[in-house]
Amino acid sequence: MTTDTAFIRNEFVPAKPAPGRTDGPIVWLRKNLFATPTDAVLTILGILFLLWAIPPLYNFIVGHAVFPGGTVEECRAEGAGACWAYIAARFNFFIYGFYPIDQYWRPNIVFALGAALILPLLVPSAPFKRINAALFFVVFPLVSFYLLNGGVFGLRQVPTEQWGGLMVTLIIALVGIICSIPLGILLALGRQSNLPIIKTLCVMFIELWRAVPLITVLFMASIMLPLFMPTGTNVDKLLRALVGVTLFSSAYLAETVRGGLQALPRGQYEAGASLGLGYWQRTYFIILPQAIKHVIPGIVNNFIALFKDTSLVSIVGIFDLLNTVQAASSDINWASPTQAVTGYVFAGFMFWIFCFAMSRYSLWMERRLDTGHKR
Amino acid sequence: MKKMLVTFAAAASLGLVATAAQAATLDDVKAKDYVQCGVTGGVAGFSAPDANNVWTGLEVDFCRAVAAAIFNDAGKVRYTPLTSQERFAALSAGEIDILSRTTTWTMSRDTDLGISFIGTMYYDGQGFMVRKADEIASALDLSGAAICIESGTTTELNAADYFAANGLEFNTVVFVDQDEVVKAYEDGRCDVYTTDASALAAERSKFAVPDDHIILPEIISKEPLGPVVRQGDDQWFKINRWVYNALLEAEELGVTSANVDEMLGSDNPAVKRLLGVEGDFGTPIGLTKDWAYQIIKHVGNYGESFERNVGPSTPIGLERGLNALWSNGGLQYAPPIR
Repeated sequence: MTTDTAFIRNEFVPAKPAPGRTDGPIVWLRKNLFATPTDAVLTILGILFLLWAIPPLYNFIVGHAVFPGGTVEECRAEGAGACWAYIAARFNFFIYGFYPIDQYWRPNIVFALGAALILPLLVPSAPFKRINAALFFVVFPLVSFYLLNGGVFGLRQVPTEQWGGLMVTLIIALVGIICSIPLGILLALGRQSNLPIIKTLCVMFIELWRAVPLITVLFMASIMLPLFMPTGTNVDKLLRALVGVTLFSSAYLAETVRGGLQALPRGQYEAGASLGLGYWQRTYFIILPQAIKHVIPGIVNNFIALFKDTSLVSIVGIFDLLNTVQAASSDINWASPTQAVTGYVFAGFMFWIFCFAMSRYSLWMERRLDTGHKR
Repeated sequence: MKKMLVTFAAAASLGLVATAAQAATLDDVKAKDYVQCGVTGGVAGFSAPDANNVWTGLEVDFCRAVAAAIFNDAGKVRYTPLTSQERFAALSAGEIDILSRTTTWTMSRDTDLGISFIGTMYYDGQGFMVRKADEIASALDLSGAAICIESGTTTELNAADYFAANGLEFNTVVFVDQDEVVKAYEDGRCDVYTTDASALAAERSKFAVPDDHIILPEIISKEPLGPVVRQGDDQWFKINRWVYNALLEAEELGVTSANVDEMLGSDNPAVKRLLGVEGDFGTPIGLTKDWAYQIIKHVGNYGESFERNVGPSTPIGLERGLNALWSNGGLQYAPPIR
């Protein structure tokens, strides 16, 4: 029986060449860098820019740089890069400022103690969180203050004018961060409050501090305040800056936290109330844990900004890291064409290390706390 | 009621103490056992931290001299680094006892701000720096030369005035920032760099080969830099003024920190008076008889301080110039101690 099949294939389909590679560097390049003519042009421009920018940068930072152990003559030589020898020579000044050299062990103990207490606090699985937190937030500041300031237990007194460098930057940042958290949360709760006086006061406080630049606050604290106060009452300059920075950052933090509070559905408040919880219990056990989790990126953003803003205290004559770098750049024993630039690169790098660490930690924390609310 | 009265009396007496404290800076200083000195945030040679993080400089030495005169110990000074904006407020508020911070003595500052200038530690003024290879000997040869200058400053106005007054062609290359000015001069975009002479010297020390550049002898503006105290405390003002005078007088009489002990036996009546061997000039101003001896012993005379901090042997390498004693053709002159 003949079949009515319309078509019978009676030869093989000619073999096609093997398909092009679907992976490997060439394909990756074509897909990611040269997909369209625009991409190709941008890529080439980008490469040209890097070729233009990287070699001089490399030469400055590494290639032609004078490393520790070098001399000022090498730094002065024609075409010399960064003078790291100068950074190494004045490193202690950048870390401790004018702190007496024979007393460096005191800030060193504080640094070590701080690191020993804060690391387990940051690792969720480390035990004894409560004791650890009490030690870090209550005992550590007291111990640090008496250790750094002295005047007790036979320690020589070191007035705060002599504190400086990275030490002061960290002190301002840590005090600012630690004190502004509770203050900011209280302000945020106050702003949500139904009590008109509390609400008005909080709104006024927040709006006042948010409406003035930090520089103005610091100038006010360091120049105007002494003029208002009777002569002889001398509030410590560092303390004035600490208070200014803390109040300033707490106002910003309050608004960040308020964002978290407002993101919570009304039902959460009502659910808490229907369980018979009072205002504080409800806030502490139900509202805040959820609200804060929502705004971790914002809070860390505040902290990073605060950390960088600490460099503004240099304009009121406090020797933070940036100011010590500036002061040391007038050191004639290391006078060289790249002296100032090297100092600024160093200061920038130090700031970057701390800010980058903070942002990485917060990312990790966010992922850990993620309970599926992410949108 | 009684309790209230006591409180009131206590408050009133506190008020009195506060007023008294305002008047007698010397008593305050003695009570707290150090002199609080306002300095710059770091100007090489004038006040800057050295390799051991100790404040040094010509203007720092003035505060050390005051401390030596009061406490026989030049180390009893605490330093407050101040910005130029906050310096006068800090002085008025009593945060510092002496402001020794490259402050130019001008009439409005002296009369309007409630402060008093002690004297001139350094006669500064605007100068010109050129390359040695250009073989320019005088600012009068600068007609038509490209001048690197910071815009919008008195520096620019001073230079324009000077060039107009001398009939020279004024040709500027203007920048907004001091660092840019220096960079442009270094890169050869102009022949001349002008700013205050002490700053010229400090910048020159940062060049790869400082000796390739010279500062011309002409100084075209007046910038007398000196220490300042609060107005209204004559005793403190006089102590400071005579500490300053003693520094100059000691140099004029050849009394140095090295030979001050030998000089105690000097036959020169002026030296005897200075060192307190004859007469007592310290007690009337609240100091001891040997106040000037202590200054010279611990700090040295003006010339020594100049040499040590900014003189030709330092990297800054400033010549005495206007700051030489009057007897050597300069302006530094102290009234006699007698």
